[in-house]
Amino acid sequence: MNESKLTREAPREAPALLPPVDVIEDAEGITLYADLPGVSKERLTVQVEADTLTLSGEMDLAMPQGMAATHAEVTLPGYRRVFTLSKELDAQKLSAELKNGVLKLRIGKVAHAQPRKVQIKVD
Amino acid sequence: MDVSLFPRDMFAELDRLQRQMQQAFEFSPSIRGFARGGFPALNVGSTPQSVEIYAYVPGVDPASIEVSLERGVLTVSGERASGLKGLGPKDTVHIEERFAGKFRRVVTLSDDLDPDAVEAHCKDGLLHISIKRKAAAQPRRITIQ
Repeated sequence: MNESKLTREAPREAPALLPPVDVIEDAEGITLYADLPGVSKERLTVQVEADTLTLSGEMDLAMPQGMAATHAEVTLPGYRRVFTLSKELDAQKLSAELKNGVLKLRIGKVAHAQPRKVQIKVD
Repeated sequence: MDVSLFPRDMFAELDRLQRQMQQAFEFSPSIRGFARGGFPALNVGSTPQSVEIYAYVPGVDPASIEVSLERGVLTVSGERASGLKGLGPKDTVHIEERFAGKFRRVVTLSDDLDPDAVEAHCKDGLLHISIKRKAAAQPRRITIQ
């Protein structure tokens, strides 16, 4: 699985920030960390549809009345990122955890996709 | 997009093209917000009574963030641990985009702020610092007699 296959921008939707992610693969599955500051558990959506994984979240922006922005680096109120999962990943084995604005997503591999050591016989 | 076959004014056409390019770019690289201004990303706003600073600090323990205000200069500093620590020899990193390491951002604010009236809250990786302006600096309505 290479990077270009894993990352893909969502077509025709409201503009959203692309959250930075780390993706790590080990023998049993894939772990994804995504920075989603300002998103509470209630406003975060993790969706798997066929082989497409969509992360989206809206920020809780409670700003004081009459505030005028003087400097803005975060200019959109939400995040979205779409990934294409490969066949050996099992959407049933998915767990998500949100802490301090970081989403940790764990996707397990289907049993037969886990590596097996092939014994080489010497005659 | 409508492009006339025979542009009457080459420069106007180029200008229009440049604007279109700019618009296209504003939605792609700067959309990340984070890569541009460093970590943490900051939004600053002001009201007549206060200055509000929003620092986006995902994955940082709120207790470990240092916030200081000295003569109108606000400093937010701390450290964020890498999520890639403790990898096994057979683990593969496919994407590595998140910030890791020490951070420090300094913002110069106006000098009418009251250093004793600072409040900081952190929720879901978003640090909100609210600094009140000094009473004397707040706008007062002057009655005309």
